[in-house]
Amino acid sequence: MAEAKVPVYDESSWFGRTLNWIDARFPLTVLWNTQLAEYYAPKNFNFWYFFGSLALLVLVIQIVTGIFLTMHYKPDATLAFASVEYIMREVPWGWLIRYMHSTGASAFFILVYLHMFRALLYGSYRKPRELTWIFGCLIFLCLMAEAFFGYLLPWGQMSYWGAQVIVNLFGAIPFVGPDLAIWIRGDYVISDATLNRFFAMHVIAIPLVLLGLVAAHLIALHETGSNNPDGVEIKKHKDARGIPLDGIPFHPYYTVKDIYGVMVFLLVFSIIMFFVPAVGGYFLEPNNFIPADPLKTPPHIAPVWYFTPYYSILRATTESIMWLVSVAVAILTVMTMFRLRSNALRGALAVVALAVIAGFFTMEAKFWGVVFMGTSVLIFFALPWLDQAPVKSIRYRGPIYRVALALFVVAFFILGYLGVQVPTPGRNLVAQVCMFVYFAFFFLMPWYTRWDSHRPEPERISK
Amino acid sequence: MSGRMFSRSLVVTLAGLLVVLAGPARAQEEEVTLDPVNIDVTDLASLQSGARTFVNYCMGCHGAHLVRYNTLLQLGLTDIQVKDNLQFTGDKIGDYMRTAMPAKEAKEWFGVTPPDLSVIARVRGADWLYTYLRSFYRDPSTTTGWNNTVFPNVGMPHVLWQLQGVRVKKETPVMRNGKEVKDEEGHVLNTVTFETVQPGTQSAAQYDRTVRDLVNFLVWMGEPSQVERQRIGVFVLVAVGILIVLSYLLYKEYWKDVH
Repeated sequence: MAEAKVPVYDESSWFGRTLNWIDARFPLTVLWNTQLAEYYAPKNFNFWYFFGSLALLVLVIQIVTGIFLTMHYKPDATLAFASVEYIMREVPWGWLIRYMHSTGASAFFILVYLHMFRALLYGSYRKPRELTWIFGCLIFLCLMAEAFFGYLLPWGQMSYWGAQVIVNLFGAIPFVGPDLAIWIRGDYVISDATLNRFFAMHVIAIPLVLLGLVAAHLIALHETGSNNPDGVEIKKHKDARGIPLDGIPFHPYYTVKDIYGVMVFLLVFSIIMFFVPAVGGYFLEPNNFIPADPLKTPPHIAPVWYFTPYYSILRATTESIMWLVSVAVAILTVMTMFRLRSNALRGALAVVALAVIAGFFTMEAKFWGVVFMGTSVLIFFALPWLDQAPVKSIRYRGPIYRVALALFVVAFFILGYLGVQVPTPGRNLVAQVCMFVYFAFFFLMPWYTRWDSHRPEPERISK
Repeated sequence: MSGRMFSRSLVVTLAGLLVVLAGPARAQEEEVTLDPVNIDVTDLASLQSGARTFVNYCMGCHGAHLVRYNTLLQLGLTDIQVKDNLQFTGDKIGDYMRTAMPAKEAKEWFGVTPPDLSVIARVRGADWLYTYLRSFYRDPSTTTGWNNTVFPNVGMPHVLWQLQGVRVKKETPVMRNGKEVKDEEGHVLNTVTFETVQPGTQSAAQYDRTVRDLVNFLVWMGEPSQVERQRIGVFVLVAVGILIVLSYLLYKEYWKDVH
């Protein structure tokens, strides 16, 4: 048995006695102190540091509204569409719950994209925070899965045909693809069986994983401590008590600041939810108010806005650009070979590159579209190792990274825009250019972050 | 340029880019100029008029099977008024607004099952419906004898023809510098106008008003909670606005001692 703990709180009040009783059985005070009241965060967090806590808030909103939606929603192909309208019309406050959930879905992606952009600005993914970043990337993948499964549930035309398009992508995988697609759908087409299993994935499987990953993300973050806009480690300079000189306790300083952030966010969220819940067809697509019809393919199938950058990359991958892609892969391979130390690794890389280039001309462009789309999402995992700059924050980086990041963001936005538009030859060309910019940002990073000029980081936080 | 200035200028650039790029996402089947309609879902008289047109002219073929008749009580009507004036099918006020036309036979007659109109305004938008319902013309080449410039070869006949009258389409080539203008595929571009060959019971202005009321009703029916939603929204914004001020003051108070 552990030795008896010394009571921390005043035994004369009932509140103090209760806390002492709990502390003897559960580390409540310890958790409170290590995670909040004595968790020291850099004092110079700016605008970009609101989005993590806001994403957590939206996660809670999604779970709570989701529970109430589940009480009225029917995961049945013949009943699903009408049950959503039943929630909108007849369930007391059902329209509010549903709009909170649909607005929350898009808000979640906006917040997570801003949160990730913050990491790109200040190098938050760099050593020693690689695992925080990887858990974050896994959360992002879960979020995409959650959104994809959830979007089928209203059982409108876009739900149905969007799911059809995405599941068919798995069919492009050589050999196992067609069987895999049937296994995912549980049928030869998207059907009642698909709706039922997507419902199960959306309401329990993915959320469980998501919550676990969020916990891991926070535990890893609190182990290393937060990065900051200067990209310097506050733990390097501590006072006599071991408290970082540039740190302030998360609670109450950042809790009150984040509460202010939450209120501003809720204002924007409420403006959308109460006055423009469909956001001109971006948050709720007009065609999704037509019930799913397996016999009638809509002329233009567009995913919801948060998937469109990757969808654009899928569409931009056509046979005509395979030559250019091959040249890019060849150059990249040669450049990488110069950096490798062992001849065995060089040889292996050359063999893999040649096989991939051979594949570009023997396998369907559709398959490579799927590969490139997957790569465009998964490449984020590699950032901590692609970035070779001696400093973290953009404040001390040189012009090359600044231009590269700006080009990347512009390419990301243009790809996103093109993904909701009907494809034309001109738009395809623009998408292809943007796709090269998108990948160049990541794959050339090991070189341009080394070539870039840098200003020395300050020892302490400058502000 | 400092990093902070860089991120600020990037945000400004992106905001600009968003404004330029963010056109409406509604995919148009054909490039048709839509007439804007000025609707007001709080105008009860207009909604009642629209409801009357809807049950008299639309519900013969189209249902609104997600909407109960008692939803119409929100339009300032009593049970008796709804039952006597607006309810021709079903006998209970809690019944859904279904059409009497069997779907299977409707498909034989029109080539397609007339779509349910419960949420049609959320699919098409008010302007589209308004323009569509005012763009029918006589066309002997179709099975119904009617055609529509907004939805060419539509299976639906001109149900409101007695009100609007019979019109025929006139196409005049667009002239520029004394020459016909052609599109990329070599088709001559025409300006479409309508000529009334048999007047209806309503004048053009009255008919526009009837259609406007009907569209108003369809938009309201697409989401009856929208009136309450916007009313509550105002209070929520005021409350959140106050909380922003309070939480900002709290934040500044705590942060006074951070240097």
